[in-house]
Amino acid sequence: MPTTTISGRTLEVNEEGFLVHPEDWTEDLGVELARLIGIEMTEAHWEPIRFLRTDHAAMGETPTLRRVSTQTGIDVKTLFGLFPKKPAKKMAYVAGLPKPKGCV
Amino acid sequence: MTTDVPTRVDEETSFVPSFDDEAESGRKLAIICSKGNLDMAYPALILGNAALGEGIEVHLFFTFWGFDMINKKTQGDLQFSYLGNTAMHPPGMFGVHMPQGMAGLPGMTAATTKMMKKQIADLDVPEVPEFLEIIHASGGHLWACRMSADMMKLHEEDLIDEVEGIISASDFMELTDGAQLLFI
Repeated sequence: MPTTTISGRTLEVNEEGFLVHPEDWTEDLGVELARLIGIEMTEAHWEPIRFLRTDHAAMGETPTLRRVSTQTGIDVKTLFGLFPKKPAKKMAYVAGLPKPKGCV
Repeated sequence: MTTDVPTRVDEETSFVPSFDDEAESGRKLAIICSKGNLDMAYPALILGNAALGEGIEVHLFFTFWGFDMINKKTQGDLQFSYLGNTAMHPPGMFGVHMPQGMAGLPGMTAATTKMMKKQIADLDVPEVPEFLEIIHASGGHLWACRMSADMMKLHEEDLIDEVEGIISASDFMELTDGAQLLFI
C-alpha cells in the first residue's frame, strides 16, 4: 500500500489515494483532505461528512449519495453544490472512508 | 542526479485522488429510452444517475414507449410483465421457470409489477418519478422526441417539468456530439 504525507502525518492510502484506515481520520485531517481537493469546509459541508462517519461506523460501509440524501434530508442538488461533480466519492474522501459500493 | 534541489515535503506533494479528470475531458453520455416497461426503465435511470455522480454530462432522450417514463399520467404506473421473457423465475428461485401462459392471466401483470416494485424499494432505489427528479437535480438533461409527441398528440404540459424540451432527432444528435450512446 502506498503512503502519503498530509499535515505532517504519514498515512496509508489505496492506489487511488483514499485513506485505508478510517480510524486515522480526525476532523482536522478532514479539513486538510477537503483543501487538497479544492473544498473549504463550512458547517454545510460538515453535516453530510459527520453523517458519513457515523453511518460507516454503524453499518460497516460508506453510504451512497442516495442514502446520505434520504437519511440527512439534504437534497441531492445541494450535495452536488457542496462537493461538485463527484459528490459521493468526494464526501467519502473527505470523511477518510472508502468509496461507496452501492449503485444508487 | 545531484542537481535536484531538496524540496519541502508539504501538503501539495500529497497523493490525492484525481477527481476531475473525466469532467475535464468532457465525457458525455446519451441514453435513448424507448421502452415503457418498468424493468426497461431502470437501466437508463441507474446508469444515467451513476454517470452524473462521476461528473459525466448526461442526456436522456425519451422516444416511443419511453414517453411513459415522462408522461405525468403514466410515469408512476409502469408495469412489469414476464410475457416473452423466458428468463423469469420467482424471486430467489433460480432454475424454476414460470409458465409463459400464466403471464397472460388476468391480474398477473399487477402481481409481478408489485413484486418487482417491492424488490426495488427494498434496495432503497427510488421509484421512476423520484428518480427522474434526482437525475434532473444532479444536472442531467431530459429531452422528449418530437415525432413521438406528435404521434401520441402529447404536449409539453403533459410531460413532467424536468423535461427541457420536445426536440427532433437531429437536435438530439447535435446536442450529443461526441457522446457515448446507449439505446434502451
